[in-house]
Amino acid sequence: MNTIILAIILMAGTGLVLGVVIGIFAKLFRVESDPRVDLVTELLPGANCGGCGTAGCSDFAKAVVSGQLPPSKCPVSSSEQVSAIARALGIEAGESFKQKAVVLCGGDREQTMRLASYNGVADCVSASLVAGGPKGCSYGCLGMGSCARKCPFGAIEMINGLAVIHRELCVGCGTCVAVCPRNVIKLVPADAEVHVYCNSPLKAPAKRQVCKVACIGCRKCQKAAPDKFIIEGFKATVNYANTPLPTQEDVQAAGCPTGALLSAEEHLRIEKHDPEWSAEK
Amino acid sequence: MSKSSRNVMGFDGGIHPSTDGKSLSSGSAVRQAPLLDRYTVVISESVGKPPKPVVKAGDEVKKYQLIAAADGFVSANLHSPTSGKVVGIVDVPGAMGTPVPAIQIESDGKDEPCEPMPALEWRTAPVSDLLKRISDAGIVGMGGAAFPTHVKLSPPPEKEVDTLILNGAECEPYLTADHRLMLEQPGKVLEGAAIAARILGVKNIFLGVEINKLDAIEALNKHAAEFGVTVVGLKVQYPQGSEKQLIMAITGREVPTGGLPMDAHCVVQNVGTAAAVADAVIRGIPLVERITTVTGEVVKNPGNWMLKLGTPVIKAIEFAGGVTEEPGKLIMGGPMMGFAQRSFDVTICKNSSGVLLLPVSESVAYGSTSCIRCGRCVQGCPMNLLPCLLGNVIESERFDLAAQNHVMDCLECGSCAYVCPAHRPLVQHMRRAKAEIRKRKK
Repeated sequence: MNTIILAIILMAGTGLVLGVVIGIFAKLFRVESDPRVDLVTELLPGANCGGCGTAGCSDFAKAVVSGQLPPSKCPVSSSEQVSAIARALGIEAGESFKQKAVVLCGGDREQTMRLASYNGVADCVSASLVAGGPKGCSYGCLGMGSCARKCPFGAIEMINGLAVIHRELCVGCGTCVAVCPRNVIKLVPADAEVHVYCNSPLKAPAKRQVCKVACIGCRKCQKAAPDKFIIEGFKATVNYANTPLPTQEDVQAAGCPTGALLSAEEHLRIEKHDPEWSAEK
Repeated sequence: MSKSSRNVMGFDGGIHPSTDGKSLSSGSAVRQAPLLDRYTVVISESVGKPPKPVVKAGDEVKKYQLIAAADGFVSANLHSPTSGKVVGIVDVPGAMGTPVPAIQIESDGKDEPCEPMPALEWRTAPVSDLLKRISDAGIVGMGGAAFPTHVKLSPPPEKEVDTLILNGAECEPYLTADHRLMLEQPGKVLEGAAIAARILGVKNIFLGVEINKLDAIEALNKHAAEFGVTVVGLKVQYPQGSEKQLIMAITGREVPTGGLPMDAHCVVQNVGTAAAVADAVIRGIPLVERITTVTGEVVKNPGNWMLKLGTPVIKAIEFAGGVTEEPGKLIMGGPMMGFAQRSFDVTICKNSSGVLLLPVSESVAYGSTSCIRCGRCVQGCPMNLLPCLLGNVIESERFDLAAQNHVMDCLECGSCAYVCPAHRPLVQHMRRAKAEIRKRKK
């Protein structure tokens, strides 16, 4: 019985002494930190995606508190979250411009020819260093998922050898844009629904040799809506600088002969082989 | 005693490929390829700034006529391989996979040369004239990197160069182009060596040849003394033909990390380049053709051909009698450091030393497994790196650690991947890390 009591007293005594020591040291060596930084960090999404250009959320919070960056620079926060930060600090929220990433390529395994069998490291950067990769098109998505592995929000799905971005998950941090060796991922205004899913600047015959869904630069879309599309070389792109942006109606009006012009929703459904979509067609 | 007193010289590390495949083509004398209808001469294949085309579609050109002029100092001229009409500038698949611009020339079948450049008396002509001729003739390193030769031969004054090394090691399996050149035209190689030595103002001229080419050593030795060249027999060991390993083997000097051969007071030239220098200076002929080994187990008549720049690879294979069975892999260069191709439309460039077709059975990809830390790659690495460690850190994308462990010194010789029992794609990892680190530096 005595042994037990002794043990309890000893343990409790040690704990008490150490607790006091820790308390003293905590006071002595306290690091002064700005409570506002902690507050802003708390209000940020905490994804540490680096889309703002700083090392992470707490780094961004420091930059906001010191006035180097406006709160709106955070690509992930919604406008309400941004204004909450601005209110908490009593500063201007800054102009917010939401972007989302899009993979401008529709060449999945069935649509685009593979010129060689590749069996090296399953990574786009590595593959592009071996004779430019196995894909017939030198400009399209290589489909090895380097971007999908890097996306901090899990917004990229690899479907049938093609990276497809889920718009509802994408925040436009630009991580994938930096990773892609083919530069096929672009940041576009968040409300852009329609894209030309082709990245190849080659002439139409060269593209058609390797890909069924390449933009052949026929200008049909531009004729239907001159302000909404621009032709760059042998390829059409959506004029993202112009508002209003093209919609599903414009896609229908254009009647793209190869199916490179699509709305994001439709593109996802095609790649997913949505039975409903096939039935409609 | 210096290291060069040994009979046969080598370096630490390296490997001994089990089949060197050289016997397929080493007995075949260099043959002149028949004239083709069309040549597609890649403009930007050499290191440095691509030259600017000076011809346009529809122009009549003569053989040896300038078709693209050097743009800046580190850039090389390009000349027409034959006479005919310029079709235009087209994009063709380059040896690295990306499409590159090329000048297409339709041959008129006459192969008529234009007025040649005047011959120079190399022993007495001013050094600046010799350098200008080499630059005019568009000569680049023909061993692989295609670095403009006139740049290599004009080292900055603060770098003291006392040794010229001619690289006739040809350590890559299957390739015999340099072997045949040294055997058939030893005089030309030695002339080129003497010209380069005169430009550099050096007295020590070594010519390194692996001792599996004894006939070439014998041929060179007949005239070597006249030109003050010492022919050195080298151990048969891959990658003996790499600049740094060659300098180590011949002079015992080590090129510092991140340095160039001139930091070890050496300049290294390929024997093919030396022959091209001799042609340009003594005969006034620019670089428009080269010896290329067309070989492989599936090629009907493997051998060496004198191919004009812009010859499509598919034609080169036709010259060699075509294939006996479906090939599994097409490689430009040798099997160790060459580049696998995805198209037969690639064309012969100034640095295409070989066209290699491997059978399907030789192009099997083994699945790679985890590193078992056996250390064979460490023994094999000629640069004394730790490929096993590098492979692991690169796989986890720690490029900072890769840089700390000197991945930039990697030659991409493939020795580590060749000996790896886990079939790890080490060279591919290294290449990726090097690309990433270069990108980040920018």
